[in-house]
Amino acid sequence: MWKWLHPYANPEVSYHFVGKILPWLSALTAIFLSIGIVWALAFAPADYQQGDSFRIFYIHVPAASLSMGIYFGMAIAAFTSMVWQFKLADASAAAMAPVGATFTAIALITGAAWGKPMWGTWWIWDARLTSELILLFLYLGVIALHNAFEDKNLAGKAAGILTLVGVINLPIIKYSVEWWNTLHQGSTVSKLGKPSMSIDMLWPFLFCFIGFALLVGVIICIRFRNEILTRNSIRPWVRTLVSEQTSSSKLVENK
Amino acid sequence: MSLINLSYSAVFSLVLKRDLTIAMRHKDDIINPLLFFVIVITLFPLGIGPEAQTLSRIAPGIIWVAALLSTLLSLDRLFKSDHNDGSLEQMLLSPQPVFILVLAKIFAHWLITGLPLILIAPLLAVLLHLNEQSYGALFLTLLLGTPVLSLLGAIGVGLTVGIKKGGVLLSLLVLPLYIPVLIFATSAIDTAALGLPYSGQLAIIAALFFGSLTLAPFAVGAALKISTN
Repeated sequence: MWKWLHPYANPEVSYHFVGKILPWLSALTAIFLSIGIVWALAFAPADYQQGDSFRIFYIHVPAASLSMGIYFGMAIAAFTSMVWQFKLADASAAAMAPVGATFTAIALITGAAWGKPMWGTWWIWDARLTSELILLFLYLGVIALHNAFEDKNLAGKAAGILTLVGVINLPIIKYSVEWWNTLHQGSTVSKLGKPSMSIDMLWPFLFCFIGFALLVGVIICIRFRNEILTRNSIRPWVRTLVSEQTSSSKLVENK
Repeated sequence: MSLINLSYSAVFSLVLKRDLTIAMRHKDDIINPLLFFVIVITLFPLGIGPEAQTLSRIAPGIIWVAALLSTLLSLDRLFKSDHNDGSLEQMLLSPQPVFILVLAKIFAHWLITGLPLILIAPLLAVLLHLNEQSYGALFLTLLLGTPVLSLLGAIGVGLTVGIKKGGVLLSLLVLPLYIPVLIFATSAIDTAALGLPYSGQLAIIAALFFGSLTLAPFAVGAALKISTN
C-alpha cells in the first residue's frame, strides 16, 4: 500500500520531485497572495468598530495559525523520523523550524501593532500572546539545538526529541496560560457554519490564508532542497549536479 | 557475575546508592545551588524595596522562580561527570532497562537538590513575609513540583550532555517546559493566602508529576542514546 512512497526516501529522487513541483507551487502562491492581499487591504470593507486598523487581521491571523501548524508539521516529521528512521524527515523538520519561528515572530509583531490602537498598549500579558511567545521560545530552542551539533544527523534526532516533548507540552502550556489570564478576543473564523464575520470580509481572508500557507510551503520546499544538498554534499549525484551548474553558468558568461 | 539477573528494584537502589555516595563526596554540588537559591531570594527585597506588603504579594513567585533557576544550575551534574568518565555509556550498554537507570539517577538528583530546597524554603518565606496561611501550600507545591523540574530538566540534560557549551542552551530548552509548574504552583500559594481551597491546582501539579514520571525517563533514555552516539 505504501510502496509508491518508497522511491522518495532516496534524497536524489525527492530533490528532483520537489524541484518539479516548486514552480507550480510558486505560481499558485503568487496568484493567491496577490489577489488576497490586494482584496484585503484595498477593497474589503473596514470594520465598523475597529476601522482600517482591522486589516492587520488579514496577516496576523494566518501567521498565528500557521505558526502553530508548522510546529505540528515539525512534530509529525520528527515522529516519522524516529519511528521509521527516515532521514529525509529530519531534513524537512530542519527546513521547517526557522520558517515557523519567523511566522511566530510575524504574528507577535503584527499582534503588537494591532494591540496599540485597539487596547492602547503594545503588549498585554494575555493568554494567547503569552502562549505565542512561549511557542517562539520553543522554536528557538529547537533551532539552537540544531546548530549546537556538528553532525547533522545527530542534530536532527536530538531536535526531534525536543520537538516531540514540546508538542506534548504545548497544550498543557496553552491551557495553563489561558487559565492564568485571558483578555484576547474570541476566535472569529473557526466557528464552523456560522462565522461571526461578514462574508465580504471572509473571502479575502480565505485567499490570504491559503496564499500564506502556500508561501510557507514554497519556502519550506526551497529550504528542504538546500538541506538535502548540504547533507549529501559528498554524494556523486550532488557533485555532478554542482559541476553541471557551474559549467553551464560559465557557458553563459562566455557568450 | 549474576549482575544480569538483578531485579529492577536492586538496579534502582544500586544506582541510587552510587549517585548519593558520589554526591556526599562532593558536597559543593549540594550546597552551591542552595546558596544560589538563598542569594537570589535576598536580592529581590534589595531590588524592590523592603515593604512587607509588596514582598508578601510577590513572595510565591520569587521563591518559585528561584527554585526553577537553582534546579537549572544543578541539572548539569546529573549526567555530565558520568558522560565525561565513560560510565554513562557503560550504563546504557548494560542489560538493565534504561528507564530504571535514568529514573534512579533523577531520583538521586531530586534527593540532593530538591529536598534541601523544600526544607530551606519556609525559612526564606519568613524573610519575604509570606502570608501565614500559605506555608502548607508552599510546602506541598514544592514537594510535588520539584520532582517535575528534575524529570523535565533531565530531558534537556540528556540532549545537551554531549555538547561542549551546553549550559546556556540547556536553559533555553528547559525553561519553557517549566512554565505550567510555575503557574499552577504560584496560583495555589496565592489561593491559599486568600483562605480558599487550592486542591485543584495541587491536583494539576500532581498530574504533571505523574505524567512526567511515566514519560520523561523514556525521552531521557532516547536523548542519552543520541548524545553518547
